[in-house]
Amino acid sequence: MGMADGTPVGRRVVLGMLAAGVGGVLFGSKAATVLERVVAPLALRDGTGLLSLFPVGRFRFYSVTGPVPARSEAEYRLAVGGAVATPLTLTLADLRALPVTRLTEDFVCVTGWRVHDVKWKGVRLSELLDRAGVAGSAQGVLFRSFDGLYTETLSLAQARRDDVIVAYEMEGGPVIHDHGGPVRLYCAPMFGYKSIKWLDRIELTEADPGPGYWANRGYDIDGWLPGAEGRVDRPG
Amino acid sequence: MSTVPAEVPERVRLERFDRTERVLHWVNAALFGLLMATGAALYLGFLSTLVGHRPLVRWTHVVAGLVLPVPVLVARYGPWRRGLAADVRRLSRFDADDRRWARSLGRDRAVRPGKFHPGQKLNAAFTVGVMAVLFLTGSVMHWYRFFPVDWRTGATFTHDWLAVATAVVVAGHLRMARRDPEARRAMREGWVTRAWARRHRPRWYEEAIGQLNEARQASSSPE
Repeated sequence: MGMADGTPVGRRVVLGMLAAGVGGVLFGSKAATVLERVVAPLALRDGTGLLSLFPVGRFRFYSVTGPVPARSEAEYRLAVGGAVATPLTLTLADLRALPVTRLTEDFVCVTGWRVHDVKWKGVRLSELLDRAGVAGSAQGVLFRSFDGLYTETLSLAQARRDDVIVAYEMEGGPVIHDHGGPVRLYCAPMFGYKSIKWLDRIELTEADPGPGYWANRGYDIDGWLPGAEGRVDRPG
Repeated sequence: MSTVPAEVPERVRLERFDRTERVLHWVNAALFGLLMATGAALYLGFLSTLVGHRPLVRWTHVVAGLVLPVPVLVARYGPWRRGLAADVRRLSRFDADDRRWARSLGRDRAVRPGKFHPGQKLNAAFTVGVMAVLFLTGSVMHWYRFFPVDWRTGATFTHDWLAVATAVVVAGHLRMARRDPEARRAMREGWVTRAWARRHRPRWYEEAIGQLNEARQASSSPE
């Protein structure tokens, strides 16, 4: 009955799990893609919603405050102000009346989760900036969320990109509240934290707008995705 | 005077877990509970939007995760380690009975477990593995800027799936505990009755009673 006898199952289990864990870090990104392709169609037909508990190509819902009060499509207003010739107050109908831009792009969180080929519909941010008339003194763009806390910033050059839109539709339907609806920013070339939810106000600032909410907490001010905008990739 | 071998009386309690093991179990349980609660709030959409306060929840989750290995290491390598070290040795090895149980895929009810049932041994090893892998992948997610995006995606993927698996295993652990009040008391107070040991852990029972008898005989042996 010597205790040193027997098969070292414990060590094998732990080492096996460690090996699987390292493999998961190195190759999990590919596995996730494959799994998403296989499971996503099933999840659409899954009436129980049980599949959504499993980590397959799913959005996570980030909110930095407590529950965010919903804002209905009818009462929604987007303000564009600051260093502009004509401050704007836009209803959802106003936004819909502007030229439509559609994008099918991944949503990538800085921590690594990714949702492939999300369909976005909205109006280019540059379109709104042109209509408001950006003053020569403007240095950058500050976005505010009606959660009362979250902010994001972009440089003027970033804000004028074709793949930065004020989105009011996602996956063929309205942007739901949890996704930051009725209107949010979608900044395709950057990590998800740049795509501010519950967009309330766009402000042209005469000084450098500085960091937004997460950038204040250590994220890069420019949340470029690797390879976005021909920029040399660097981590973060 | 007496030369009659002193038998261990039936009312004697058998020590199952010493204080170090019990404290470690409950500290670990509290940390696991906190990690699972905050993890759920970070991960399940309807909870994320309900709870909000992501920076605070995330901070709590990360701190609890970083603290998690500390009690294990302190208990395992501190001066109070003796009982835990012995049980770790028991837990980490499968003997012939355990292998038979494993070959029957857990269906063989005739196995006579030692101090730990082979299922408990697997649970213990899984728990250690879970702590190591979640620590590793969580570190990649937290110190993300040192790692390429592909690794972060892989770490998130691994962390998520393993967390789901852990929730299932923990639920199984709680279910087993719910069915056995005496096993729960053993983890609260440290001891079990002879009847429980005889019934549930027969080979450990024989070993423990044998040792007690030896001790008694040694102390009551004639001059």
